Amino acid sequence: MMTITLTAADWAALLLHFLSLSLLAIGGAISTLPDMHRILVDDHHWLLDSQFSASVALAQAAPGPNVLFVALLGWNVGLNASGAAAGSALAWVYGLAGMGLAMLGVLMPSTTLTLVASRWAHHNRELRSVRAFKQGMAPVVLALLVATGWILALNLGKTLDHWPLWLLSVASAVVVWRTRLHLLWLLGAGAVLGWFGLV
Amino acid sequence: MRGMTNYSDMQDGDLASLGRSRPLSLWQLFWVFTWLALQGFGGVLAVVQRELVDKRRWLSREEFVEEWAVAQVLPGANVVNLSLMLGDRYFGWRGGLTALAGLLTFPVLIVLVLAVLLAGVSDQPQVQGALRGMSAVAAGMIVAVGLKLLPSLKTNVLPAAAQWALIALTFIAIAWLRIPLIWVLAGLGGLAGVWAYHLLGQPPRVGGQGGDGNTGPGPAQPAGPGA
Repeated sequence: MMTITLTAADWAALLLHFLSLSLLAIGGAISTLPDMHRILVDDHHWLLDSQFSASVALAQAAPGPNVLFVALLGWNVGLNASGAAAGSALAWVYGLAGMGLAMLGVLMPSTTLTLVASRWAHHNRELRSVRAFKQGMAPVVLALLVATGWILALNLGKTLDHWPLWLLSVASAVVVWRTRLHLLWLLGAGAVLGWFGLV
Repeated sequence: MRGMTNYSDMQDGDLASLGRSRPLSLWQLFWVFTWLALQGFGGVLAVVQRELVDKRRWLSREEFVEEWAVAQVLPGANVVNLSLMLGDRYFGWRGGLTALAGLLTFPVLIVLVLAVLLAGVSDQPQVQGALRGMSAVAAGMIVAVGLKLLPSLKTNVLPAAAQWALIALTFIAIAWLRIPLIWVLAGLGGLAGVWAYHLLGQPPRVGGQGGDGNTGPGPAQPAGPGA
């Protein structure tokens, strides 16, 4: 827990920082993570390093899109600015304000662009250039998915003694690929194995 | 939301004949996206593919890959973009915002409650272990989405060998060389796009061409889900 003071200009700066990062998030919000760390932790000292890491980890573990980590970053900036104990009414108000600004900033430019661009692409879907773009991109984005999963699995541990984790990743890939088992069973199994220290 | 609605009596003959369906109301759209967001631990994409393509058949595999390609090159969270695009396709901007609201509302509430509750216990080894196990499963799920969508390449205009080369090069560039995504998309994606543009300009050949096996002549251009 840290206490900071945010002026109205600081709140506006918080919003502006996220607005400016939004259009840089090619490949997902997670790709702006290093910039967010630099701004929030290194430049402004609005967040502790540990708060930053915990926000990312928690958002990854919770259900929902990964962009939720931005909500938690904003929330924690707000908490720090409230100077109140976590869970108090004042902390909630500040936390929600920080969260709202962060999410508004990170979502608004990219969603606006997406609406405009995807409408254009859909309207012109018979154009040779649009069809060529989608067809040429298809193998690339499929390989990207496999590569992303690969990187996420390796990030959990690169040394050989992490083989049970890798095995779990491979097993879940095969099960999801080949069966219609509900995904929550797999996640539950992963949680139980991890809880008892088996992976 | 668990029971599957039977859409076989829908009036939209086009969609029904393709074995396809579509959301019937904004309300349904909201809850479908809420439900898939709530299943999405460590990322929602695997669930989106399973719910919208495998289960509800709002999109074919081919359409899903095409939409995903667009969502991927645009800035912003990919799944957010995809939800916005699909909702917009069915119900205009209100649909886009509804899908987005479904995707975000409950997950935001849950993650906040978790942040407050877990403030004290998040460094316990059991909790850390459970998070690690779930992350490993989530990583495997994302790989599986890529594998499941491979058959969609059958209708692709690029020759099969070129597709496999693109897949291998992309994987190496991202997973091994760690080249920034934007360069991979612009480089390999751009190259493949130019090639596809060239091939699409040629008259369709009779007899299978390209794809991972036997495909029909010429690339079938599936109608968009809202068409």
